Parts: sequence; C-alpha cells; structure tokens
Amino acid sequence: MNWRRLLDHPSLALGLAATLAFALLGLASLIWTPYPIADIAISRRFLVPDASHLLGTDHLGRDMLSLIMAGTLTSFTVGAAAVAIGVGIGVPMGLVAAMWGGPVDWVAMRISDLAFAFPSVIIAILIATLIGPGATNAIIAIGIFNIPVFARVARGGALALSSLDFIGAARLAGLGKAAIAWRHILPNIMSLIIVQGTIQLSLGILAEAGLSYIGLGTQPPATSLGLMLRDAQSLFLIHPSLSLLPGLAIVLIVVALNIAGDGLRDALDPRLRRQELA
Amino acid sequence: MRATKSLALAMAGLLLATGLACAQSTEIRIGVALEPPALDPTAGAAEAIDVVVYQNIFEGLTRIDQTGAVQPGLATAWTITEDGLSYRFTLAQGVTFHDGTSFDAEDVKFTFERLLADDSVNAQKALYQSIAAVTVIDPQTVEITLSRPDGLFLFNLGRGDAVIVAPESADNNANEPIGTGPFAFVQWDRGSRVILEQYGPYWGEKPALTKASYVFISDTATMTNALLAGDIDGTNNFAPEALAVFEGNPQFKVLVGSTEGETILATNNARAPFDTLAVRQAMAHAINRHDIIEGATYGYGVPIGSHFAPHHPYYVDLTETYPFDLDAAKTLLAGAGYPEGFSATLKLPPVAYARLSGQIIASEFAKIGVRLELINMEWAQWLEDVFANKDFDLTIISHVEPFDIGIYANPDYYFGYDNPEVQALNETLNATTDEAQRKVLAQQIQIIIAKDAVNGYLFELAQTGVWNAKLEGMWQNAPIEGVVLHDIHWVE
Amino acid sequence: MLYLLRRLAGFALTLLIAALVIFVLLDLLPGDPARFILGINASADALAALRLQMGLDIPAPARFGNWVWSMLQGDFGVSHTQRAPVAKLIAERMAVTLPLSVFAMAISMAVGLPLGILAARHRGKPLDTALMVMAQGGVAVPNFWFGMLLTLLFAVTLRWLPPGGFTPWYEDGWLALRGLVLPSLALALPQAAILARVMRTALVDVAGQDFIRTARAKGMTYGEAIWRHGVRNALLPVLTILGLQFAYLIAGTIIVENVFYLPGLGRLIFTAISERDLVLVRSATMVLVLAVSATMLVVDLTYALVDPRLRERRA
Repeated sequence: MNWRRLLDHPSLALGLAATLAFALLGLASLIWTPYPIADIAISRRFLVPDASHLLGTDHLGRDMLSLIMAGTLTSFTVGAAAVAIGVGIGVPMGLVAAMWGGPVDWVAMRISDLAFAFPSVIIAILIATLIGPGATNAIIAIGIFNIPVFARVARGGALALSSLDFIGAARLAGLGKAAIAWRHILPNIMSLIIVQGTIQLSLGILAEAGLSYIGLGTQPPATSLGLMLRDAQSLFLIHPSLSLLPGLAIVLIVVALNIAGDGLRDALDPRLRRQELA
Repeated sequence: MRATKSLALAMAGLLLATGLACAQSTEIRIGVALEPPALDPTAGAAEAIDVVVYQNIFEGLTRIDQTGAVQPGLATAWTITEDGLSYRFTLAQGVTFHDGTSFDAEDVKFTFERLLADDSVNAQKALYQSIAAVTVIDPQTVEITLSRPDGLFLFNLGRGDAVIVAPESADNNANEPIGTGPFAFVQWDRGSRVILEQYGPYWGEKPALTKASYVFISDTATMTNALLAGDIDGTNNFAPEALAVFEGNPQFKVLVGSTEGETILATNNARAPFDTLAVRQAMAHAINRHDIIEGATYGYGVPIGSHFAPHHPYYVDLTETYPFDLDAAKTLLAGAGYPEGFSATLKLPPVAYARLSGQIIASEFAKIGVRLELINMEWAQWLEDVFANKDFDLTIISHVEPFDIGIYANPDYYFGYDNPEVQALNETLNATTDEAQRKVLAQQIQIIIAKDAVNGYLFELAQTGVWNAKLEGMWQNAPIEGVVLHDIHWVE
Repeated sequence: MLYLLRRLAGFALTLLIAALVIFVLLDLLPGDPARFILGINASADALAALRLQMGLDIPAPARFGNWVWSMLQGDFGVSHTQRAPVAKLIAERMAVTLPLSVFAMAISMAVGLPLGILAARHRGKPLDTALMVMAQGGVAVPNFWFGMLLTLLFAVTLRWLPPGGFTPWYEDGWLALRGLVLPSLALALPQAAILARVMRTALVDVAGQDFIRTARAKGMTYGEAIWRHGVRNALLPVLTILGLQFAYLIAGTIIVENVFYLPGLGRLIFTAISERDLVLVRSATMVLVLAVSATMLVVDLTYALVDPRLRERRA
C-alpha cells in the first residue's frame, strides 16, 4: 500500500493520524511528562486546570496531563502486547489447522475452544491472584482471549484461499504445506490479520480499562486510563473531570483505532476480493 | 395487555410508596460495603458478620454500648469474687430464641463449651482461654470460673464471638441464624441483602423499627447513587472521599465518630534494616501525618503517636515524639549506615486507606532515599504472607481490636518486637484491676513503643456514617463491630 | 453424523481439560482458606479444626478425582465459606445472570440488526455515515462507564429506575425486571453497535454478489432483494457474532454487576476467589465454561445446518 492510496481513504488517514497522535502522546511520556507521575503532593490535589496544570490535578495532587500521557502508554502497551500474543500463537495455530486439516485441525480448534471457553475476567482474577495484579497479568489474560480469535481468522482465511488456483498451482509445483502457508497464504491473509489486529487492539484497551477498574490491571505507582477511571469513580459527583478525561481518552483512542481498522479493511479488501473472484 | 396492567399496577405501587414515605416509617434499608460470607458470629472473623447480627439477632451475657462501656445483656446482673476468678451471672427472665425455644443457664454452658471445644472454629478462641469452668447453678444463674484474673473478661463476653446460641440451632446459624435479639432473621438474598424483622416476643425493650434490610454495595460510586436515589436510608461507614456529596445536603446527615482502628505502618522489627532503632526513628521522622490523613482519609483520621485510641481515657498524646523532619531522618539514616537510603517492599491489603497511605508514604520516603516497592495483595494472601509467615518489610494495616496494646508483649507477633520491659509491664497490667494503676501501666507501654518507633503510627480510623436526615439513634462511634438497630427510629 | 460425534467428543474433552486447568490453578493460589475465615486472632487449634472440616488435608489428585466424579453425578459440593450447597448458590445467581444476558442480547439485536440493515440500505449516504459514526462511539464506550452515566441520569436524577440492586423474582417479578433494565442497557450498547456494524458489512458484501444481481434482474427492487436473499445470507457472520456475544455476556458481566450491585454469577466467583472458597470457584467456573462451550457447540452445529459446505470441509 502506498501513500497516495492513503489519501483515497480519508477516514483511514484520519483514523491513523489520530491513533498515531495518541501513540506519540503516550510514547512521549517515556521521555518527558510535565510532572513526574509518582510525585504526590496532597496540598496540590484537585486543582482546576490552569497554566501550570493544563488538565488540573487528581486526588493525590498528581498532574492529570502527565497521568493521561503515561496512562495512554500503558493502555497501548497492554493492548498491543496482548495482540502480539494472539497473533504469535493464534495465527500459526489457525494456519496449521487449515493446511493439515483432519485430526490436526480438530486438535487445534479444540485448543482454541478451550482458550475461548475460559471467561477472560476469571482468568485475569486467577492470574492476578497467582502472580499479583499488574499490567503483565492484564496482558496475559487479554492475550489468551486473543489467541482463538486470531486462530479462527487465520484458519478461515486460509480455507477460503486454499481452493483458489494459485494455491493449487503452488501445490502442483511441489511446495510443502509449511512453505505454501508461509509464502502464499500468510501474505494474502495479512490484511485480514491487520484488520483484526486493530479491532483486538481497541478491544484490548477497553478490556484493560475494565480489569483496572475492578483492581486487577495496572497498579500504582504506575497508571493506566482504566486505573484513573477507578480512582476517580467515587469522586464523580464532586470532581467529574477526573473521570471524564480518562474516559474520553479511552473513547477517542478506541474510535481512532476502529476508524483506522475500517479504513484498512476498505483499502485492503478489494485486493483480496479480486483474488477470490479470479 | 398484561404488560399494560402490570405497568399500571407498578405506577400505583410507586404512588403508594411515595405516599408511605411521608408517613412515619418503621422500616430501614442500610447499605454496607461487605457481604458476610456466613451469618454465624461465633465461627468467623469477618466484620461483616457482626455488622448484620451483633445485638440485632444475637446477644451475649454482656453488651458493649456506644461509648464502649460494658452493659448488662442476657445477664442482668453479676457478682465477682474478691480474687477476680469467679463470676456469678443472673440471667434475664422470659427470654426465648427466635425458633421459640427458651433460654436458660444450660444454653450459656453450651455456648462456652462449644466455643472452647477441640473442634471449635471460633475466630477469637484465644480470648476465652482463661475460662476454667462454666457451672449451672439454677436455670437463671450461671457461674464462670477463670484460671487467672482477666481485666477484659466482661468486655470480651460482650463481643460477637461470645453471643449465646442454642444447641438446637447452633449448627445452622451460618445460614439461618437464631438468637435471642430484638430482630429475627427473615431471609438472605445472597449477593444483595439480608432482611431482619422485629421479634415480637423479645424479652427487653422493643425497638422502634419493625423491619431492617442490609443491602450489600461494595462500590463507593454505586453506594453514593443508591443513597441519592433513596434506594437505601443510610450507611454506617461511607468512603470519606465522597462525603462531600452529602455534607451540606439537608436530606442527609453525616455522622463522624471514632473507631478502635489504629492504622499503622507495621514494620518487621526482626528483619534488617528495621531491627536498627535509628532506621525506625528515621522513618518515623519521614512520616508526614498531616498529608497522609488528608490524602488517605480526607482529614477524617485522628493522628496517633502510639498504638492507642485517642478517645480512650488512658491515652497519651505522643504524636510529637518524632515530628515530621526530613533532615533529622536523613541524619539518622546516615548514622545507621544508610547514607544513601535503602530499598524495601510495602505490602498493601485491599483497603482504600492502606492503598492511599502506601502511595503517599512511598512518595515521602523517596525523599530520604528509602525506595519502597508497592505490592498490592488480597486479604487471603496478606494474612498468609505478612501475618502468618512474617514475610514482609513494611505493611499498612488498621488494628481494630479494642485495647490491643498487649500485642506488643508478644514476641511472636508479626511485627517481631521483643522487649522484656513491655512484656513485664503488660503482665502486670493484665493482673491489675485498679483503674488508676492500670492507666499508669498502659501509658508506660504507650510511651515505650512510641519511643522505640516499633511501627509507624499514622492515624485512628474514623467512622463516617451517612444517614437520612430523619433518622435518629444510630451509633456515631464504633467501639465494637456492628450496626446496632435497637435505638434507630424515624422522626419528622 | 460423524461430524456431530467428533464435535461432541471435542466438547467433552474441552470440559475435562478445563476442569484440570481450573483445579490446578486454584490449588496453586497462595493464601490459606481457613485463615481467611478465622482472621488474624485465630488460634492454631481452631485453624487446624477448620482445615480438617474443609478436607484440605486430602492429597490433591484424590480431591480432583472426587470433584470430577461428584460433578458428573450432579453434586457440586458445599461451600465452606458460605456453608451452603454450591448448586443452590449457582442457581440463585443464574436467576440474575441468565435473564441479564438474554435481555442484553435481545436489546442489542432489536437495536443493532435493524440499524445495520438501514445503514446497508442507504450505503454511502449521510444516514449510513451518521449511523456508523454512532456505532463507532457505541463500541468505544467502556460499559461500566456508560452504566455510571445511565445511573446518574435515570436513577439519581430522573428516579425512573433503581440505581442497582435486585429484588428476587419470586418476591416481585416486576421489580426484578426493573432492576435489570439499566444493566441490560449498559451491556447492550457496545453489543448493539458491533452487531449493527457486522450486519451492515455482511449485507454490503452479499449485495455485490451474483444472486442479488440475478434477483434484481428478475425485477425485484434492491430492498426486496436484500430482504429476501441478502439478510438470510448475511445471517452466518451475524450468527457467529451472536454466539460470541452471548458467551461474552454470560461470563463478562462481572464489571457491570459491580456497578449495579447485582447478585450475578460473575460477582459470586469474584468474591469467592478472594475468599479462597475453592469448592465454589471451581464448580462455578466449570458451569461458566460449560455454558460458553455449549454456546459454541450450538453455533457450530447451526453453522453446519445452515451451510452444508462447511460441514463437508470440516469433516
């Protein structure tokens, strides 16, 4: 995909730009935040936005802008790492299932069923209890949930392609199953995986928020958008901005990701469809 | 058609309910944060059990009133022998359990034998170890003999752990509690609420309320909504951060009272570097009580300088023993051989005051070079790691037992403080019955542990209740765990 | 038939492995259940007595065997913390969780599917754009946050509905129903948004295919063609999503249950884990796994019925 085609899809451009903006905001927190987020000063708490604290301060006197920057990074990291787990394990599983078929397919799909059948929140609670709550725990719990999703996408895509001529040709040319999967199937289902990836990323960010909200995700002194929501929840009627800001940030990030995902699908799909029709 | 009809019915019901609210109500719905796992106060430590049942469903021989004083309960009077070893109780007449069976001296004997039996699962069994024998003199009289004098014995008899149960029903109390109290158990919709109703044949003065529900709402925001929407009439202890919603609202009243909870930065005295006095003193100097109390309790906690409740007559103010002074702290640390400070872990149980205090203390200690890693854990794990296995550096916890300074005389206790002087003083204190002497002894212990900076002394937890402005008779203070319904009533 | 058998065998195997995983995970949890119940002043002999009562002295493999065996016979054991039969505890919570999930599903279908069809019908027009923008927002709002906002509006400000809590069905069905309205809405919003998007995409996809063109060539209007042929053919992806959503709702309502203090299955398990009520957690989690697996099984079987091609390919 080249850049000119990006301009043919204004929503894709918009979604990508917004996602990128948030990602950069988060990444920037690694180098610089207006105030250190572990810096607690009770005397400065609940300040309204002004020149020194652009978004005000929270219940511990921490700068809200700094927290949102750091929280955005955590949310992205958790979501992305969970997608990486899903893609890393799910896609090979789906491909193997589709290429080998028969008992292999059966076993792979049962493993995927198993991973799916475990309610992710309960997995998260159990992991949190075992290794202590934290971002890692959220990553694992959401990642496990992502595995069957990507396995099904990869398997479905591979099955749809396997009946097509060029795969048959590759088979006739004597290529092994692994090679076909790697060279011919994977590149062609990449768009499906990328699209699913953006969806799972946005779901992961929402899931992280939910887990942190019930106290199983990110733990202080680190922060995430979900943890900020949790901290601010009981103060909603007194200091609404403390919940509205992180809530809004979550909504905007997820919308940006979804728009980008939809745009990607629109931009990438025709190619896939043409091949299907060929 | 059916839907329309039920809609109309519901509307009528709503109107009726609004109408009723104007009349004098005798019902109450109380929001409480934690749901009890079971309802037997003699077989579990959960405070949530006592919140529902104590002095409502169950009664003991004595009862604790809202000032923390011991009052007659099922025992209307008692005499104590000169040596303090034998207590003779006269029992109330005409008392029946909620299942109709009558109460007499045999039930008392049964209760304590069950409590002390080998297979007893009473959470406070140790408190009653001094009981040597329970003798039935006649159905209305019972004598308890002790193996050693026990200054707190009458108080302990008034605890939820020692309520009188009947042999016919004791085994089912976890799910269908049957006691002698003014309210009888009606139903328990697990996950939502417990409903109690006034027990008609109650032997004592009748309460004003006829029905009470305890509604379990763990989330503060949800509790706020339930109060504002009138779904509950009050709560005995509301999260201090959101109290501002109700202060100044004429429909509600906020009751701020005391509890027995000394909140401390418990320190593992048996582990380096905390076995060094100077290190503990340095930490004590680095504690900014004002900020912790503001940040963790929104100003409602009362500062403490030792392990003693400020509202107790024996209390000495020791908050200035080690005033907030970062320079002094750094000097002490350097003197102890830690000029650059050190790293340690701070294990925090799942309660808001601990989590918030922990964050604030970590931020303050960083200024003297003490780097704390916060580890949040659940109760089950905290109990095992910190309390049972003593595998911790620092933790934050509120000790809610009344008059519990005796834990400093136990070298096996989790903070590992072993001081023969305190142990000797405590032994004398336990054997002393003279009030003036007891006070002197208790104050000596307070001073020693404050100077030794055994733990970081932070604040006494406050009880912050939020109630409908038309309710009267709630306990403002919490000298013991429980939400006692007896005196609560609606006024116009 | 062979397909059915295989699928059933897979179902049983999934359950057995799930049981093993749950058991092992729970046994590894730190924290002593007896100490949790008796608290910090418990004496050693009281703790020992309680552990004995709870059967914690029996070796793990024997406890696993006993558990699976009694579950097969329909005996879910007795919770030691709550001292009540687990089956009863679960059944009570199911009376909340099941209707809640069903209502949320019903609302999301009632809202999501028609909107999806409407958007597809007006593809590329302002209405489509407006609907899809709304859907984007709907997907992106965290449901617990939305729940809070709903409560503030409908319970605290307008006082139309209770802010939470649940009256048991047997006591007052109407009140019980009212208690489920806001939580169902909170759960349904993102689901409806997802459904609308899936429905629209599926319809747009089939709209370009030959049979729709044929139908139109035969004189049907676009709307008729979509309605007669499109919707039916778009049902497959929608069905998958519905299956996933139901599975999600059954297990994923913990957070919303917390916001509305509903006594649902999710919260039961959540509390039971923190109370180390191992018997209860084990059996209740198994019930959830069973429900989700059964849903997936039904979806797969329906798939095979709707689209025989899949059956051949899989078998």
